[in-house]
Amino acid sequence: MKPTTKLDAQRDYVLKTAEERQIKYIQLWFSDVLGTPKSFQITPAELENALFDGMTFDGSAIDGFSRIQESDVLAMPDPQTFAILATDHSVARIFCDIVNLDGSPFEGCPRNVLRRTLEKAHDRGFSFFAAPELEYFYFADSDPSHPPMPLDFGSYFELTVADFTSKLRKETVLALEDSGIPVEYSQHEDAPSQHEIDLRYTDALTMADNILAARLIIKEIASRNNVHASFMPKPLAGVQGSGMHTHFSLFKDEKNAFSDSSDEYRLSDTAKGFIAGIMRHAPEFTAVTNQWVNSYKRLVAGYEAPIYVSWARNNRSALVRVPVAKGADPDSSRIEYRAPDAACNPYLSFSVILAAGLKGIEEGYKLPDEASTNLYHMSSEDLQSLNITFLPGNLDEAIALMEKSELVRETLGSHVFEWFIRNKHDEWAAYKTHITQFELDRYLRSL
Amino acid sequence: MESLLLLGGNDSDKLTNVLRDLGYQVISISKPSQIGPFEPDDGYLGAVINAVDNLELALMTTRLVRKRETPVEPVIFIVGQAQLSELNLRDDLFDDFLISPIDAAELDVRLKHLLWRSGRGLMPELIEYGPLILNLETYQATISGRIMDLTYMEYELLKFLASRPGKVFSRETLLSRVWGYEYYGGARTVDVHVRRLRAKLGEQQESLIQTVRSVGYRFGSPRRNAPTGSR
Repeated sequence: MKPTTKLDAQRDYVLKTAEERQIKYIQLWFSDVLGTPKSFQITPAELENALFDGMTFDGSAIDGFSRIQESDVLAMPDPQTFAILATDHSVARIFCDIVNLDGSPFEGCPRNVLRRTLEKAHDRGFSFFAAPELEYFYFADSDPSHPPMPLDFGSYFELTVADFTSKLRKETVLALEDSGIPVEYSQHEDAPSQHEIDLRYTDALTMADNILAARLIIKEIASRNNVHASFMPKPLAGVQGSGMHTHFSLFKDEKNAFSDSSDEYRLSDTAKGFIAGIMRHAPEFTAVTNQWVNSYKRLVAGYEAPIYVSWARNNRSALVRVPVAKGADPDSSRIEYRAPDAACNPYLSFSVILAAGLKGIEEGYKLPDEASTNLYHMSSEDLQSLNITFLPGNLDEAIALMEKSELVRETLGSHVFEWFIRNKHDEWAAYKTHITQFELDRYLRSL
Repeated sequence: MESLLLLGGNDSDKLTNVLRDLGYQVISISKPSQIGPFEPDDGYLGAVINAVDNLELALMTTRLVRKRETPVEPVIFIVGQAQLSELNLRDDLFDDFLISPIDAAELDVRLKHLLWRSGRGLMPELIEYGPLILNLETYQATISGRIMDLTYMEYELLKFLASRPGKVFSRETLLSRVWGYEYYGGARTVDVHVRRLRAKLGEQQESLIQTVRSVGYRFGSPRRNAPTGSR
């Protein structure tokens, strides 16, 4: 019998492919609230059951999934995401949506949060595309008891440095392409041992899945070569941190909704509203796009990371950059949001960015003037006279701003919102009670 | 399922019923000028042309469906015993023929066979186009013998295009036919998938999916002197 519904056809595709390609294990992947990938492995014998009925598991073991009454949830594989692992052809992976036992979407599942937000955009005729630039470092190991050792100036690797890291990056790019994650561009970054891999744009849900998979593949290839890849936002003082600048665009039908060739900046009213929305709400959602204590050590002056809420075309201190569209191609119109780091949860980050942009469009927020000068070089009086506001300076400030945000609460849903705030309060409290080397060096003798 | 074009002449009603009983959808016309206006979005599946009553009209209609930018294939002729010699030197106009009065079972077998050869019809199992083979039973695709790792949507898009070679589809049509209305990626998603499919087809074969500027996409070997930029 031929399958009758689209979903049946997709499930049939997965089952037949698993059989045909002699897959031995299938990993069911999902994301916890902080964006850490979780998975459990099943055999092909269990696959059919998993596809149709989902797999039950105890959610209380997962960060952000626990609830008071019921701890069991179901992982429902999304058959469209089935892919054979590039690093092991006998293993396939499939992303899951987490649902309650009655089949309704589980409120703690980040993929559901993004689906919900994308549906809102869809109701207004928009589809949302993202292209992130993943920055990360290669270190000699992951042992936290000594400072991280970049490969470029670690004595172990000095002789073979250039070859070794470019070989690593090449191997990684090929593995990403093999896994169906197309790479636009890859390069050595400014800091020693820092690298960047830019993913080709695709719809935001697929891209969030891709980011989770790409982070794993990057780490996996590094570990096979006995080094450590880290997305920690600021692992080394005094050099650039690792961000995840992301290019976003909205399309309406076949048209790029950000493009307007008659405008001085080639930006449509939709684009202007979207940027204004992001700018007005950025301080409220920075806790999501930059979710760790360490994230805020990257957001400091002097390292091409944004600290002021501003937009510009050609000014890398800006929070929102509008890249000049290639030639006159209206389809390439997009904006680049420069705050997120690669250690964020992409599902939640894309959700809050999209929600803020949509709000700006709907309420017709006015786009502030372009900040064409380098804001790092301006005095605080000058900044004040231009009404330039700041991103939060640390996780504590970020959480305080998020707590007051109706937009972020509504977008994430109460379950994720409240758990996230609690978790981040705990992280800040733990950090606050920690005595750092900085303090010992500076105060122990002199005070 | 696409529809068959039928020029039935005096037997229009009878032939329509025969084809419908065999499970085909039928668009019946009485003159060539109706071909264009009656054409469904995804084109005609093939054509059945009854030449018994009016050979000139049948030939004119067939020339028209064959000379379009996307020729209708296959074409089955129905002729009278006495008209057989008229088929001489007109091999390019038809793919097969039947002698009137026709036998429904024979029409069924001939149609199925012709459609199977182009990977279509009611129960296709393999789609072959040059170096590309899609096994519809196992969902496996190979290009020049190499297995292609495809996601479900990539597979569906390739299947849709490869089973309708030569036809041009807009992004909107592809989106609604392949993805369905519930998808929130938008028409731009089609471009993303085409780019990935081309990458997976490899440099040698990526031109199997051609961009038709400001219209959409077409599957098939690039044609010589293909018109560019306009329909």
